[in-house]
Amino acid sequence: MKFAVVVFPGSNCDVDMYHAISDELGEEVEYVWHDVDSLDDFDAILLPGGFSYGDYLRSGAIARFSNVMKAIKKAADEGKPILGVCNGFQILLEAGLLPGAMRRNNTLTFICRPVKLRVENNETMFTSQYERGEVITIPIAHGEGNYYCDEQTLQQLTANNQIVFRYEGENPNGSLQNIAGIVNEKGNVLGMMPHPERAVHELLGGADGLKLFQSIVTYWRDAHVVTT
Amino acid sequence: MSLLLEPSPTMIKEKKLYRDMGLTDEEFAMIERILGRLPNYTETGIFSVMWSEHCSYKNSKPVLKKFPTEGKHVLQGPGEGAGIVDIGDGLAVAFKIESHNHPSAIEPYQGAATGVGGIIRDVFSMGARPIALLNSLRFGELTSPRVKYLFERVVAGIAGYGNCVGIPTVGGEVQFDAAYEGNPLVNAMCVGLIRHEDIQKGIASGVGNTVMYVGAKTGRDGIHGATFASEELTEQSEQKRPAVQVGDPFMEKLLLEACLEVIYCDALVGMQDMGAAGLTSSSAEMASKAGSGIELNLDLVPQRETGMTPYEMMLSESQERMLLVVKKGREQEIMDVFSKYGLEAKAIGRVTDDHMLRLYHRGDVVAEIPVDALAKDAPVYHKPSKEPAYYRQFQATEYVPKVDNYEEALLALLSQPTIASKEWVYEQYDYMVRTNTVVAPGSDAAVLRIRGTNKALAMTTDCNSRYVYLDPEVGGKIAIAEAARNIVCSGGQPLAVTDCLNFGNPEKPEIFWQLEKAVDGMSEACRVLETPVISGNVSLYNETNGEAIYPTPIVGMVGIVEHMSHVTTQAFKQPGDLIYVIGEAKQDFGGSELQKWLTGRIFGKAPTIDLHVEAKRQRQLLAAIRAGVVASAHDVSEGGLAVALAECLMSAKGLGARVAISGDVVSELFSETQSRFVVSVKKEDQQTFEQLVQAVCIGEVTNDGALHVTSGDTCIVHIPVETMRNVWKGAIPCLLKSKD
Repeated sequence: MKFAVVVFPGSNCDVDMYHAISDELGEEVEYVWHDVDSLDDFDAILLPGGFSYGDYLRSGAIARFSNVMKAIKKAADEGKPILGVCNGFQILLEAGLLPGAMRRNNTLTFICRPVKLRVENNETMFTSQYERGEVITIPIAHGEGNYYCDEQTLQQLTANNQIVFRYEGENPNGSLQNIAGIVNEKGNVLGMMPHPERAVHELLGGADGLKLFQSIVTYWRDAHVVTT
Repeated sequence: MSLLLEPSPTMIKEKKLYRDMGLTDEEFAMIERILGRLPNYTETGIFSVMWSEHCSYKNSKPVLKKFPTEGKHVLQGPGEGAGIVDIGDGLAVAFKIESHNHPSAIEPYQGAATGVGGIIRDVFSMGARPIALLNSLRFGELTSPRVKYLFERVVAGIAGYGNCVGIPTVGGEVQFDAAYEGNPLVNAMCVGLIRHEDIQKGIASGVGNTVMYVGAKTGRDGIHGATFASEELTEQSEQKRPAVQVGDPFMEKLLLEACLEVIYCDALVGMQDMGAAGLTSSSAEMASKAGSGIELNLDLVPQRETGMTPYEMMLSESQERMLLVVKKGREQEIMDVFSKYGLEAKAIGRVTDDHMLRLYHRGDVVAEIPVDALAKDAPVYHKPSKEPAYYRQFQATEYVPKVDNYEEALLALLSQPTIASKEWVYEQYDYMVRTNTVVAPGSDAAVLRIRGTNKALAMTTDCNSRYVYLDPEVGGKIAIAEAARNIVCSGGQPLAVTDCLNFGNPEKPEIFWQLEKAVDGMSEACRVLETPVISGNVSLYNETNGEAIYPTPIVGMVGIVEHMSHVTTQAFKQPGDLIYVIGEAKQDFGGSELQKWLTGRIFGKAPTIDLHVEAKRQRQLLAAIRAGVVASAHDVSEGGLAVALAECLMSAKGLGARVAISGDVVSELFSETQSRFVVSVKKEDQQTFEQLVQAVCIGEVTNDGALHVTSGDTCIVHIPVETMRNVWKGAIPCLLKSKD
């Protein structure tokens, strides 16, 4: 299986994502610069955290105009797994691949700390290795993670089981209904504020994020066996 | 056009306009002699910034010479962007600390942010990949609205810049004392990793080679920033806000990635950050170091604003700019690397052989100055030094505190902002990005793994300026020793030091005496602990309306952890582990937290320190850590043993400690005697530990979630850890929220 880590000017969790895949998961992974036309060679696309284009204007607002976005939309249409973490999530929102928007944290400060998440939906290609209702610890590091959407969208998200992760216990940023991560209707595009790629080794304080990447690999292997 | 509005050379001399730029009459006369004529306005400006204390170290140079700067690991000592030490495996670590005090006093967010930006450039200009940021901050008491504002905005500025560039801010220290009320300190340190063969230098060699400019355009911000940094703050300083630069961390990130790519292009000869005094210092220093000259065509300098004069361009401190020297004819290769990141590398001049800095503007030569006069031959002053009256008085003062309620005292100490948890601060910093942070902020030193090896780096910043104030020489020794203690507690061997000497006005003999003595003490400690000084910065004139800060020589130290299994934290690990104390308590209360809490001020004698005892204990502890028989290690510092024990319990869930002390209770609990550690050891390791380390077992780790201290048959402290944690964690947020 081959992963792409998309690098925008200002991405800075690209390295973390890359090493999580290559060192901890043992899968093939490549950096892809934001100006490429095609992602056809890849089986899964990862949009890392950081400050693409300095977060100027709004987080993710400029990155969504990058050339690579056309290829990302195509991959999304093809049903490939697409994971956006932190700034990657913000870009997916700005690009309309996921519904809703981000506001500044209600504390008005940047927050970096491990938080507890509840796995609300384990029937996605990103969460099959978790138990439903499992509480995991994954770090957050953001200034704009206060997820918001209108009432109708929220109803849809809830009805379709698109809310994948919620903050458990304390909500660090004021997000609507403690939302920490959502998938699109089709279930192949996941956006989340917490950083699973930072929780892949006990050395780093925990490995609860590893199962997320293992879920993607499991999904791909299963799909691959069926199609060949 | 605007050139015509500038004062003529004669006018500069007759009206003594150079004085406004910080030059003395004698210095102006020297300039006249060097040039053999009167300097024009641009040249006067160039001399004034290059001869400012900030750029020339003219008042501190004779003192700085005392630092030991050599050692078997040192690959690059002071003089370049950052110092570099070898850590084996073909790898080296580059680091430096720098101040941004004055800008932060006036415009805290941008002042702090650009301080971070500047130090990052210093490190990547060496070719090193920045892997960590640390800082050291000092503010007045957290009671006035102004101090709260400065504190909140400085932290936000450090976070805003460091987080965006994507370098983890992993450690640091914050202390609060009335002495910093009007003049906060913001010192930023950056640590980088580099392969030996990639080390770059800021030199402009090779006659005919091209000088290229990359990064942000030059604007009118920060003009005379270096001069502003070299004078006291006054009520008029607010008007100097335009001398504070504005940072663009996104530009920095692009510049960083591009510069780390360009070092692999052999067309590159040298590069240097345009830091203090911008284009002036980078060009003059690069030429002076190479023994060459440099010629710039200012019409080619990318400009953010129209109608900029040579004076403005040369003195601008616009951020995120680098100066490169490139082999003639190979400019395109360099331009290609930068264009990938959307940056333009622009040829603006060339290297010459006549040792002159020559500037052209609209076809005219607008400045012509020998480069060495600006850099290595800048004036040096040996300032008079005088022992201050307070010192003699403090030396004769005995102080023995009286404490009625030990529990009350311990809780009070835990809520002192200097001791209290700094979580409110470090949670605003992304301390994990790049996923190498193995020990996060909150323990003795931060530890980062080195990918591809089994090693790690430990790093810390330290200085107890109260001790330095009471006794600069002893305080200087303690600052180095404490930093080394923190490295050792984390499992590292201290390697080298970067220092930031924050002092008052050196023209006052009592201040110069503090500087001299502190450096004497630091130098001796560096020699005994074998940690040479490889880089540093001096920030003088830290005074507000004539009142100096405490002398504050901040020590940044990096150590090597030889194996990941040696990484140690301060937190107790499991019930049943034995608790040991290394070193005995004496009555050391001068400058202590207890004294401050009881009397509201500090006075008396600083704690004493025997550096050889210190070195021996550090060696023993490190040997025990390497032998795998130490479960946790923590140094005893502010607040004494009681606070140290509490700190060992703060992040240890559900654990408690039961210890017995003997001797003078107040000293045992709260004295700040130096060279002491609290260590926990598994029972099965008891024998090996005791063979390796001279220490006294005082009790054991429990699972009852409380700190329990007895003296003889009497229980003198029994506090639930939860209570201590609430007080300790709540103190700073609580002070920030309170209205008075």
